[in-house]
Amino acid sequence: MSKNIQLNYQVSAEDFTRAGEASSDVKSKLKQMGVNPEIIRKVAIAMYEGEINMVIHAQGGAIQVTLSPEEVHMVLKDKGPGIPDIELAMQAGYSTAPDKVRSLGFGAGMGLPNMKKYSDVMNIETELGIGTTVTMTVKIQ
Amino acid sequence: MDKFFTAVRLQEDLCKGCINCIKRCPTQAIRVRKGKAVITKEFCIDCGECIRICPHHAKLAVYDPLSILEDYEYTVALPAPALYGQFNNLEDVNIVLTALKKFGFHDVYEVSGAAELVSELSRKYLEEQEQKMPFISTACPSVVRLIRVRFPGLLEHLLPIKAPVDLAAALAREKAVKETGLPAEKIGIIFISPCPAKVSAVKNPLGYSKSEVDGVIAIKDIYPRLISLMKEVEEKQQIENLAISGKIGISWGGTGGEAGGLLTDNYLAADGIENVIRVLEDLEDQKISSLEFIELNACNGGCVGGVLTVENPFVAKVKLIRLRKYMPVACNHLDGSEVKHWEWNREVNYEPVFKLSEDLQESITMLAKVEELCEKFPGLDCGSCGAPTCKALAEDVVRGVAGEQDCIHILRQYIHRLSDEISKFDN
Ligand code: SF4
Ligand code: SF4
Repeated sequence: MSKNIQLNYQVSAEDFTRAGEASSDVKSKLKQMGVNPEIIRKVAIAMYEGEINMVIHAQGGAIQVTLSPEEVHMVLKDKGPGIPDIELAMQAGYSTAPDKVRSLGFGAGMGLPNMKKYSDVMNIETELGIGTTVTMTVKIQ
Repeated sequence: MDKFFTAVRLQEDLCKGCINCIKRCPTQAIRVRKGKAVITKEFCIDCGECIRICPHHAKLAVYDPLSILEDYEYTVALPAPALYGQFNNLEDVNIVLTALKKFGFHDVYEVSGAAELVSELSRKYLEEQEQKMPFISTACPSVVRLIRVRFPGLLEHLLPIKAPVDLAAALAREKAVKETGLPAEKIGIIFISPCPAKVSAVKNPLGYSKSEVDGVIAIKDIYPRLISLMKEVEEKQQIENLAISGKIGISWGGTGGEAGGLLTDNYLAADGIENVIRVLEDLEDQKISSLEFIELNACNGGCVGGVLTVENPFVAKVKLIRLRKYMPVACNHLDGSEVKHWEWNREVNYEPVFKLSEDLQESITMLAKVEELCEKFPGLDCGSCGAPTCKALAEDVVRGVAGEQDCIHILRQYIHRLSDEISKFDN
């Protein structure tokens, strides 16, 4: 048996009601592992932001999570439009979310900044018209 | 006292091993094993859902019998505000209170009276501790237990103020000692409760070491006799003036009542255990922000919907609203040092009861095994194995308390295989 566990989730497009299912599942698994609550919170928030981003900007995508005794590693991959200016997107409050989304209370421009804030290592690879892959790591120990 | 004391039990001879309760329990605390339901008390939060759903009335709550009144020289009844919502066309709570005295109590002390003090203490607390907002109400013990086992990140938001019943008990005892001259232990302070969660909270409080309440009886047990006594009181016009509370106190009996007493609009009130869980999940993920106060009640409608009450919760809520219509806003106010020991004096700690193993690596291995088993199981969540979902069975198998072949679908495949093998021999 491998040392780690890999979990795969599909995030469907434009379905806000289901956004959060993946982070919720990971959260309950971390609780079953007995991980420190503060770390669970970081993972939950970072990952939920990622899920929401995928719904708003990228018509869904796939998330792969690897749990090991040392860390939670998340790879969020989408085939969306890509991010033209990462630096700008990383600024708190900057948002390209359409009005429809904002009226739902999302798109406050805190997605990427929060993902960075709550993960220990974050990396964004993006290509216009091809898609974006965000990797985040939260250390457990 | 066992730190996982709960007041919900199974009466084995009545249990038929149907799977109604395992499906309803919000913490998946119940399994059916060998034809009988089993409650894991570490997971149970005393919400009473299983009592509500059991068609065979095999789930019950432990609390004190009415004969507890005989154990004391002097007794004081503490009626929960939810009690008033149980009666038709009640116009004056004094009728209920006088009837309670006829029932055998020497005196009564309305919990709603103390609730008004708690409202005021909470208002002050919220103002002073603004940085810890949002505060989560701690009046429903079921919710506090749930947070303790499942939402560790929210523990710091719990409002560390004793429940009205505990404040009422202390004040009632003080008054009784003064009036009778009896030693405190000869006085029985008896709470008339809407639910088992409050029974547990008295036996084993969270947030403080000891409750001042000596006994807990159920609203539903006292109800039938109380009705006839109330009629008598009203007919003979013997109504004593015993009420001490106003609108704010009485409102605590239904959802939003506690929040209403804080005089802020910036609150959220949710009731029904499933809804409560959803709110807590969202709070944990910081999806809900900038609220001052969150009132959560495990029961639909709030305490008027407690499992030891008799009236339909929504009807009861309407009755409470009607009853309080002509009442003053509040009759109890803090003046100086009148209220002592109102604050929690003990931390409520996280109890990671759902943890698979003490060791991280081992937990991960176990989680992987759970995933593997889930693939194997049919995903029907049929409950025939005695676990609420296929995933729950998988966890039980990994924990070593169930077997794969408890799943009848796996068992059937196994038997098919076996009979195939046997028929090979036959040929
Ligand atoms: S009281 Fe609630 S938590 Fe406890 S076993 Fe029954 S349904 Fe489950
Ligand atoms: S809502 Fe009220 S009656 Fe229901 S469990 Fe909580 S405290 Fe008890």
